[in-house]
Amino acid sequence: MAVKDYLRDRFFPHMWCPGCGHGTILNALIHAIEGLQLNKNEIVMVSGIGCSARISGYVDFHSLHTIHGRALTFATGVKLSKPNLKVLVPMGDGDALAIGGNHFIHAARRNIDITAIVMNNRIYGMTGGQYSPLSGPGIKATTAPYTTIDSSFDVVELAKAAGATFVARSTAFHVKECTEMLMKAILHKGFSVVEIMSQCPTHFGRKNKEGDAANMLGLYRDNTAKLGSKALEEKPHLIPRGIFVEKERPEYCEEYDKIIAYAMKEKIS
Amino acid sequence: MPKNIRFVQGNEACVEGALYAGLDFYAGYPITPSTEIAEHLSERLPEIGGKFIQMEDEIASMCAIIGASLTGKKVMTATSGPGFSLKQEAIGYACMAEIPCVIANVQRGGPSTGNPTHVSQGDVNQARWGTHGDHSIIALTASNHQDVFKMTVHAFNMAETYRTPVILLFDEVVGHMREKLIIPEKGELEIVDRLRTSVAKDVDYHPYLPREDGRLPMSDFGGEHRYNVTGLFHDMWGFPSNNPKIVGGLLRHLIDKIENNVQAITRYKEHCLEGAEYILVSYGSSARSAIHLAQNRRNKGEKIGVLELQSIWPFPTELVKEKCSGAKAVLVVEMNMGQVLTQVKAAVKNPDRVFLANRIDGKLITPSDIKQLLRVIQGRGV
Repeated sequence: MAVKDYLRDRFFPHMWCPGCGHGTILNALIHAIEGLQLNKNEIVMVSGIGCSARISGYVDFHSLHTIHGRALTFATGVKLSKPNLKVLVPMGDGDALAIGGNHFIHAARRNIDITAIVMNNRIYGMTGGQYSPLSGPGIKATTAPYTTIDSSFDVVELAKAAGATFVARSTAFHVKECTEMLMKAILHKGFSVVEIMSQCPTHFGRKNKEGDAANMLGLYRDNTAKLGSKALEEKPHLIPRGIFVEKERPEYCEEYDKIIAYAMKEKIS
Repeated sequence: MPKNIRFVQGNEACVEGALYAGLDFYAGYPITPSTEIAEHLSERLPEIGGKFIQMEDEIASMCAIIGASLTGKKVMTATSGPGFSLKQEAIGYACMAEIPCVIANVQRGGPSTGNPTHVSQGDVNQARWGTHGDHSIIALTASNHQDVFKMTVHAFNMAETYRTPVILLFDEVVGHMREKLIIPEKGELEIVDRLRTSVAKDVDYHPYLPREDGRLPMSDFGGEHRYNVTGLFHDMWGFPSNNPKIVGGLLRHLIDKIENNVQAITRYKEHCLEGAEYILVSYGSSARSAIHLAQNRRNKGEKIGVLELQSIWPFPTELVKEKCSGAKAVLVVEMNMGQVLTQVKAAVKNPDRVFLANRIDGKLITPSDIKQLLRVIQGRGV
């Protein structure tokens, strides 16, 4: 199928600003699904609130646009009640790790077979540019006119520590890499997290003098390096990209099926 | 004697009612005095292939059942005061996106952590207006275990009929007290199953286009029809919209589908009401004391009766007006500062003759508590 067949014409034009990285992530995601030849009827996309959350409206899957921070909990209900569905959960940084932080670590702990995509632009875009738990210190935002003093979460380290069994990071500059990672994450049995750094020229870029979208993409190219690369070895301050975790651990829905089998047998005997 | 006779807590009667109604998915978080509902369902649901999950918090539990409902399951969660507060945003989401679900609130004393192991009926107005924005809601209650069972079944039926969250407003006394429950045979009580769309594959399905009777046939997630569900105002496809015609129309629909069906939703019981000069309006565990008093006084020749409400929202205004029309005085018996009292005063012809018999100290209101006030009203001194 062509990329267009995965989109809902009726929902366009999209509401993202010119230069926003989120459209690139949507593109990478559609290519990943196309590459996997998944049946559209078997995909449910669940999102929360924010710029990132609007992605669920644009795709021709079963789509659930929920409330702020809770996408993973709605997704848990969908997945546990119908485990044959592929459940994709795109979230913004505030959505996933501020208001939704508790749900993020618990979904990872359960290792429920859901693909979480953190579209990290380090800012609350829809409300006009407030700092997020991924902004990090020294950032200017409408609620940090003198710069932020908060440390940021490292999505990869947090996901690892909470028990996610697939953890990866890329950027909106590395589109093909994103697509490959998303394909692997969707195929992975268990809770998978893909952090994709996404430029917000309108709010983050302008406030922090990072220039336009092209310039911000250039920063992703220059300030990141592949895991295991020589560049990363030589310049350890660069942000690592790649697959950090890919391992097996009992998956929640499969374990619950065992409980059902046991309970049914106990009841009969 | 029927063999399916049990001696159970009210919370177990709720569990039995939910399973009878076809519950297949429960998500919850431990909270007194509702925890037994989760405990029993964690054992019972997997026995029938259903799913139980203890989520990380109250909000997560409410959201998980909404997600599960969309895949075609009958779903429920249970909680009490503080948890009910936390669930409110997601309850509003279920109102807006029209997703059937049942929320049991076994009431305890509040505000805040309040009086966790003691009875209260302080969440009547929260059930109505807890979530933000204009909306309508269905809230049911019961005073004994047979009725807890029946009202739980009714809650699932109403949730499916009107595609809406339904609140079960029980209280600590009913939840924890043990008494007899006769579980009806299959087929004895009506069960409403989900109305699913008959629109064929590849034909445009409008998830939010009501039929002539106001009902909206659903399509399960994972099925042939892919559509959008959102908490934003939306058109018949589920596409977000701020078109004034669509916004106004949807809000009106959300309210009308419930307020236009008050009669079909309403459940109540009459106790010694025939020719009653003094009427006690009550519900939940406080109705037990009201009924006890009325029956005792009737035996002594006094014309006292009880109108027991089993559905509180939408408030059965016409019913209350009609039943209380011949009364010299009406006493609303409840364990709060007059949350149903306000509704009764608004319903009757002579609001000055409506009085509150209440208790708010965590103790169950007794027949003598009610009698004391009744004597004053009757002009028989204190």
